[in-house]
Amino acid sequence: MIETIFYQIRDFIAQPWPWYVAGPLLALVMFILLYFGHEFGISENFRLMCAADGADKVNDFFKINWRAGEWNLLVALGAVFGGYLASHYFLGSHGDIAHISAATVNSLNNINIKVTQGEVPLIPDFISWKGLLSWQGLLMIAGGGFLVGFGARYAGGCTSGHAISGLSALQVPSLIAVIGFFTGGLLITYFVIPYLF
Amino acid sequence: MRMSRYILVGILLGFILYKSEAVSWFRIYEMFRFQSFHMFGIIGSAIVSGIIIVQVIKNRKIKNVVGKEITIKEKAKTYSRYIIGGFIFGMGWSLAGACPAPMFILLGAGHTVFIVYLVAAMTGTFVYGLIRKALPH
Repeated sequence: MIETIFYQIRDFIAQPWPWYVAGPLLALVMFILLYFGHEFGISENFRLMCAADGADKVNDFFKINWRAGEWNLLVALGAVFGGYLASHYFLGSHGDIAHISAATVNSLNNINIKVTQGEVPLIPDFISWKGLLSWQGLLMIAGGGFLVGFGARYAGGCTSGHAISGLSALQVPSLIAVIGFFTGGLLITYFVIPYLF
Repeated sequence: MRMSRYILVGILLGFILYKSEAVSWFRIYEMFRFQSFHMFGIIGSAIVSGIIIVQVIKNRKIKNVVGKEITIKEKAKTYSRYIIGGFIFGMGWSLAGACPAPMFILLGAGHTVFIVYLVAAMTGTFVYGLIRKALPH
């Protein structure tokens, strides 16, 4: 009996989550952190990790008490656990599938990324250790990571800090940052990614 | 343990972004091609819910766990750093198909290549720290 209920709950969680579940829950995460006295912002962890690794000895920007950011590092660690649990125990009958639109499947095939509707994995095969051996993979993974780390600190926040926290508080700087996010993303999506494959 | 609550918040964040497929490179590509409402729905409904939450916090003067009124820091009202920094971030986001939170989640899901992304992102942050005084903010 209890076992049946357990499996039912598991299967319920394992369904793909629609946007109207995910979005409000992200706002809930923001609220929980505000209630604990903190502001939601994941990219700050890169700065904390630099400081913890000794970057404070090289540059003032990292002369921060990274231990005061311990809560944020724990959120990041929790996200690692969450990713492990969700991908190992809550895959459901859909598996690791990205339910992208037919239009997207079409566009991907047009730029030589071969995918089949209904069988698109969450992460493409070029985002892997093997993919890293090609210059395209290196550009996407290491280049992308570098730009994210540089840009997030330059802009003072990432998707969580600006798009969710900042816009929720109706802050104009965050709106400018989000416009920047999309301008940069559109440029790469239309003028770079099609030529990588 | 007082700090373990943050791990639980992180686990919740991991489930939200993994199960809604927001961690997927393909979903990010689809968003930048405007070919599905999904990602706009996630971000949009998060913002709408967030606006309501922030307004309730302000109007009811809701207190945090230690009894102080919840306040949200005002970001400095400049222009350059947000538009240029945001632009650079957006380029990285669309190339790797993951912003910082999904990177941590995907590491946990077994996509260990994201350790390279993590080191690169720390390097990017470090380089920003080194040259920030020369950049327009």
